[in-house]
Amino acid sequence: MPRMSADIRHRLRFRLNGRAVEGEAEPRMLLTDFLRHALGMTGTHVGCEHGVCGACTIQIDGVPARACLALALQVDGADLRTVEGLAPQSGRLSELQQAFRRHHALQCGFCTAGILMSLDWYLRDHPDPSEAELREFLGGHLCRCTGYTPILAAALDAAKRMREAPPDA
Amino acid sequence: MKPPRFDFVRPETIADVHDVLAQDGDEARIIAGGQSLVPMLSMRLARPKVLVDIMRIPALATIAAGNDSIKIGAGVTQTALLAWPGLSARQPLLAAALPWIGYAQTRSRGTVCGSVAHADPSAEIPLVLLALGGTVKLSSLRGKRLVAAEEFFIGMMSTACADDEFIEAVEIPTARPGHGYAFREYGRRHGDFAIVACAAVAGSRALRFVVGGVADIPAVCDLPNTDGAALDDALDAVARKLDARDDLHATAGYRRRLVRELGRAAVEEARRCRA
Repeated sequence: MPRMSADIRHRLRFRLNGRAVEGEAEPRMLLTDFLRHALGMTGTHVGCEHGVCGACTIQIDGVPARACLALALQVDGADLRTVEGLAPQSGRLSELQQAFRRHHALQCGFCTAGILMSLDWYLRDHPDPSEAELREFLGGHLCRCTGYTPILAAALDAAKRMREAPPDA
Repeated sequence: MKPPRFDFVRPETIADVHDVLAQDGDEARIIAGGQSLVPMLSMRLARPKVLVDIMRIPALATIAAGNDSIKIGAGVTQTALLAWPGLSARQPLLAAALPWIGYAQTRSRGTVCGSVAHADPSAEIPLVLLALGGTVKLSSLRGKRLVAAEEFFIGMMSTACADDEFIEAVEIPTARPGHGYAFREYGRRHGDFAIVACAAVAGSRALRFVVGGVADIPAVCDLPNTDGAALDDALDAVARKLDARDDLHATAGYRRRLVRELGRAAVEEARRCRA
């Protein structure tokens, strides 16, 4: 069993937003820093760096997770999705992103990438959520601008529109 | 806030884990989901020489239903256990407590056994393990041993796991006929650390009550099987006996009050669920 030394960088490969990527990381490098510094994917934000604020939430193997609570080497071989992968094509936002714009569900935007990645997963799994369920789910994210009300409105609106016209149809 | 330097190994067998632990002992740490350990690394509260990633060992990622217990391997995430069919029928207390652990975004990677290994005083799984009389399966190059939950948790974030051992699985007894189970928790937001969490297990005569979040380890109390004012008195005695302290989140008096209020609600629900 090879021991990966603390002193050098080690090669890792994974899928990111549908594309194969590779790079090198020391064992101590957090996934957030690997995404931002090694790959230049700065859509994933770094807030509290201990799993509480939710700003760095991405999808790892199809489920939402905190990128700041993963070491880069842990996701070697995994399938990752970040906020850069949400828009179906350049110049066109996803239904959820459009709802955020319509409802002014962001001001400074720092928390937004994480919330979008969480809600993108949640609404696929729970197409008709109640407001109470959404409130509990959003407990995993801190937003200091909006007071959450427009975020809830955007999520409910996006859910309704996706039920009426599923994005894959 | 970045982790200190450490070597990293990704064993593919349990025997390989034993070898690293035998060699590096207290300078090695197991990493599974990392939802508690990575913050501790980032805050430099843990400084291991080598991290042992056990999430690539297929044998550990299994949930096995026995006749009277559920065996949960060290690689099983909290989300995977929640999604396991029949969980609420086999052990309703576990099913009730799991959604209170952190957030969906941390349960997706956080493991059941990792929570037991971390032994946070306010954590849900240690509380459930104590309430149900579960066991922890430890293994090392020296062999395997089963440790009862009551002997496993020995202090705040301190357990009976030796430096060369790791938690291979936990075994949680399934629901017993004629018993009712209930869980209650209060925190400032859903997903925050519990200010008080408690579980009640009601049998035809016995009444077990376990409180987490107040003392260094969850307190296990076997209460007299009473109700009305006598039950209030018994819960009040439990609340006063606990070493509740004032901190940023709540005063000691507020915690004692939560023990009484949540305790009564949990006991009443557990009794209603007896069937």
